[in-house]
Amino acid sequence: MPALFATRREVGSVTIIDLSGRISLGEGSALLRQTVRGLLADGQTKILLNLGDVNYIDSSGIGELVSGFTAVRNRDGELKLLNLTKKVHDLLQITKLFTVFDVYTDEHTAVRSYQ
Amino acid sequence: MTPEAKHLEVVLDTHVESVNLAEEMCLRVAEAVGFSEEECYRIGMSVREGVINAFHYGNQEKPDKKIHLAVDLTREKMVIHVMDEGRGFRLADVPDPLAEENLLSTSGRGIFLMRAFMDEFNVVAGRTGGAEVIMSKKIPPSGSAPSNGNHGKSSSDATPKQEA
Repeated sequence: MPALFATRREVGSVTIIDLSGRISLGEGSALLRQTVRGLLADGQTKILLNLGDVNYIDSSGIGELVSGFTAVRNRDGELKLLNLTKKVHDLLQITKLFTVFDVYTDEHTAVRSYQ
Repeated sequence: MTPEAKHLEVVLDTHVESVNLAEEMCLRVAEAVGFSEEECYRIGMSVREGVINAFHYGNQEKPDKKIHLAVDLTREKMVIHVMDEGRGFRLADVPDPLAEENLLSTSGRGIFLMRAFMDEFNVVAGRTGGAEVIMSKKIPPSGSAPSNGNHGKSSSDATPKQEA
């Protein structure tokens, strides 16, 4: 069974990626990388990662989130996060990445923030 | 070691799958010992990060090198050793991932997470020629599963104690 699933949908000009599973060394991190790089290749630069069903991230997954954030920003876009589980929330807090990412708990508010 | 002490040791290939295998093995031990779900998560994550460190930085992903994982159980604590066959490193040389200039780094958070999640953490020269990560967590008294309260602390708050 794959470590991570990613489903794409569009709300206005924002691309939302619903992720579920683990973002960890190997398959999970690789899928996140391919997904974000694929969106950038398609010209999508307003990206919202819905992590509501992501129950585990290790340092490799954190690195991939940061890598995606930087890659999107370098294309004058924005990568934001939605619906963090407690474990992911706590990890971003202790690694101080809460100060880096825009994090939302409500999809409508998150989408509007790109306008 | 006390008469009740137990020792478990495995040699793992330098392969991504070894990370999951090591995590799974230590999680089973931690659950059997009576750690809470939250503490098991922290132990599992720490083992994972230790083995990722050995896989990537220590053995530099070279398949001819091995990762050595050992678990010592005493009445007081669970001690985990992760040894690689690399060149070793000094903790003092590891950049602080919380420093402003490192926040957007895509790597370098593994040591920080192990320090934050375990009660004791240290890196020494290992008998396998590379680095040996040693980390431990106090075993909860029977029937209870207290948290160590480390969660959410910064690296400076989670200063490791030296191994005896």
